[in-house]
Amino acid sequence: MSSNNNKEVWITGIGLVSCYGEGAAHHWEVLGGKTAPEPIVDLETVSPYGVHPLPEMDWSLQIPRRGDQRQMENWQRLGTYAAGLALDDAGMKDDADLISTMDLVVAAGGGERDVETDEAIMRDAVASNDREALLLERLPSDLRPTLFLAQLSNLLAGNISIVHKVTGSSRTYMGEETAGVTVIQNAVSRIASGQSSHMLVGGSYNADRPDALLPHVLGHYLYSGGAEGVHERQSNGGGMRMGSVGTFLVLEEAEHARKRGAKPYARLSGVSSDLGSREGEKGISRLEVMFEKLGGRPDAVISGATGVAQATAYEYSYLAEKLGTETPVRAFQTLVGQPLEATFPTGVALAALALKNDGFYAPFETSEVAASNPASSILVTSVGHVCGEGLALVEKA
Amino acid sequence: MSSKFTDHKGRPIIVVTGMGAVSSLGRGIEDNWNALTAGQSGIHQIKRFSTDGLSTRIAGTVDFMEPEEISAPGISYAMADATTEEAIAMAGFGKDGFPGPLFFAAPPVELEWQHRFDLISRSNNGEMGYERMLNSAQEHKQDDMHSRIQLGTIAFRLAEKYETRGLPISLSTACASGATALQQGIEAIRRGDTEAALCVASDGSVTAEGLIRFSLLSALTTANNDAPEKASRPFSKDRSGFVMSEGSAALVLETLEHATNRGAEVLGVIRGVGEKADSFHRTRSSPDGAPVITAISAAIEDAGVTVDDIGYVNAHGTSTPENDRMEYNSLHAVFGDKIHETPISSNKSMIGHTLTAGGAIEAVFSFKTMMEGLIPPTINYETPDPDIPLDVVPNESREASVSNVLSNSFGFGGQNACLVFGREVA
Repeated sequence: MSSNNNKEVWITGIGLVSCYGEGAAHHWEVLGGKTAPEPIVDLETVSPYGVHPLPEMDWSLQIPRRGDQRQMENWQRLGTYAAGLALDDAGMKDDADLISTMDLVVAAGGGERDVETDEAIMRDAVASNDREALLLERLPSDLRPTLFLAQLSNLLAGNISIVHKVTGSSRTYMGEETAGVTVIQNAVSRIASGQSSHMLVGGSYNADRPDALLPHVLGHYLYSGGAEGVHERQSNGGGMRMGSVGTFLVLEEAEHARKRGAKPYARLSGVSSDLGSREGEKGISRLEVMFEKLGGRPDAVISGATGVAQATAYEYSYLAEKLGTETPVRAFQTLVGQPLEATFPTGVALAALALKNDGFYAPFETSEVAASNPASSILVTSVGHVCGEGLALVEKA
Repeated sequence: MSSKFTDHKGRPIIVVTGMGAVSSLGRGIEDNWNALTAGQSGIHQIKRFSTDGLSTRIAGTVDFMEPEEISAPGISYAMADATTEEAIAMAGFGKDGFPGPLFFAAPPVELEWQHRFDLISRSNNGEMGYERMLNSAQEHKQDDMHSRIQLGTIAFRLAEKYETRGLPISLSTACASGATALQQGIEAIRRGDTEAALCVASDGSVTAEGLIRFSLLSALTTANNDAPEKASRPFSKDRSGFVMSEGSAALVLETLEHATNRGAEVLGVIRGVGEKADSFHRTRSSPDGAPVITAISAAIEDAGVTVDDIGYVNAHGTSTPENDRMEYNSLHAVFGDKIHETPISSNKSMIGHTLTAGGAIEAVFSFKTMMEGLIPPTINYETPDPDIPLDVVPNESREASVSNVLSNSFGFGGQNACLVFGREVA
């Protein structure tokens, strides 16, 4: 079957929103300069946990109908917005034939809750001697009917179909960071094997909410210091800082792109993934097998390291051992935060941006080594904060 | 390059060699099949939580498992574990693990009210609400609670226990998820990524809030709270909404060549799959049915058969006024008047709508239909809808030799996935 799996996969559109603003070119301007920008961290909203907040958004620019905006919560608005940016960037937005046959793959979590309603019920529950009865009385009147639709994982994809008319097919993957790995791997496999010619893939995460942070606090995964970067946090026990990010990519079979005159950012030449125990050397051994499957020699790394101690430690010891300590590695969560499902798509987007612009990124914190040459082949990593690993090789097209 | 192991498009023929099922009718395929073909309903009054004052007080909950915790993730995992074990044993995979990846249609899981109340009871610090819960969680690490509400956990645990290959996939296409899990397995095998795939779907999310959310969307029937077994009435004129239910199914897919080489018994063939997304509305289908029509047509074309070859349609048939009418209209558009002579039934008349798991459970029942030569009925069919003139196999199962089945699954968010299954390889 391998002869069928050799079509080239191009990245021909990038839609990116982070705390620094929106748009692919804008992100290269901000992040690709001679020195990295200062992290933007909001330490107030859900103190003591800092988050990289949503930038000021005018949702109408990509979600023109107010009715559509009202039907979504911010994680969906952010994803739908980034998807629109990616379609614009790829020059596909107004091409009904391309859009209606485009395959959509989304990495999503569980959506958002109505925090005020939850809190009002909790306050009354404390005073009540029958909490079950209180719930049955309050939920039917207090829950907004449409909120349910903001909580269903696949409704980000549903909203992208409605707003942007992407309707070839629609799948949603879940599983925290591994969802992001799966969407990229699935898209590359389908395009490489000829099952799809053009796809819209990505995810979004909205961090500015207590209900979004609570699950991670349950497992004590969040960092509660200041704005320290991924590496600096390690001397303080490690931990992750969530970030609001929406990233969508247009992935396209190279011949399909050439025929319509589209230029690539870069080529996505391979993806590998796995899951398993991290005891002892097991995590490192798995990364080695995954790396060898990619069959390339990257000259730089965009790392999805979260800052959570164990995951970050074995990823970095593997990278240093395999690529040497002089290979520049950029842990982008230092600047934009941990966007969970959107992690891997964001790493691929940042790699593609650097390749298109014949450069690489200045160190995101002092412990990262500077790049001596422009990158031509970039390894993208995502080692999940709890489990799962993904690697991609993004190369100059 | 056609051979006895490839289909009309030169792709590997994909067969099913193991299946497992749990629904409100029971645990295991045999119990389910016996109840289903006897026309029994699994719908009952909810006992898991109080339903006082709610407009819907019935569901097809699965109350006989022994989950680690009575919660959506707890029940969903227990059922998924049971069906996976049944399917893998039937397929004859043992100690060496499963030779392919896991595709898991995952239910929505999140913190539930029991967890919120638990958290606020453990701390006195901070304002009541999220601040209190965050403080509580910081003061008392909650590894179990954390793990259960991670959306990938059930798949990760299944992958570890049954030793599937690589990174397991958790997916959701709402009420089409079960069909999508199969579709992912089919595509992976056709690409040559693997020779076998384990496709599992599970949904145990009948909680008070879950029920209320669907009620607020006016999706659930509010009739027959006192006669629950009568509540799910697909294709009847007096249908008034679906019944929320729980269940799980697992199917082992492998190439015919792989199954033949290891001497596995073939239970049925996966012939084709079709999909089309709908951009009309978050919860409703395009009025003209175009996306559903496209999905059905694509599945039949992909299978290399014609509408004349389809001997039975396993309907999505939710018992909502809109779905059943739309499904008929779309089938009529594809099949023409031939649809009026094609038996079609809705398993949901007996097991209710198992949401994430529906497409996979109904796939298992479709294969059983072909294997046993017996079509399960659509029960509660007392008042035909004159606008839906279908042969719904009313109320009693029917003996019939069925060679090919079309199975439909539709979900919120414009999800439409259709599958064509066959009895024989040739």
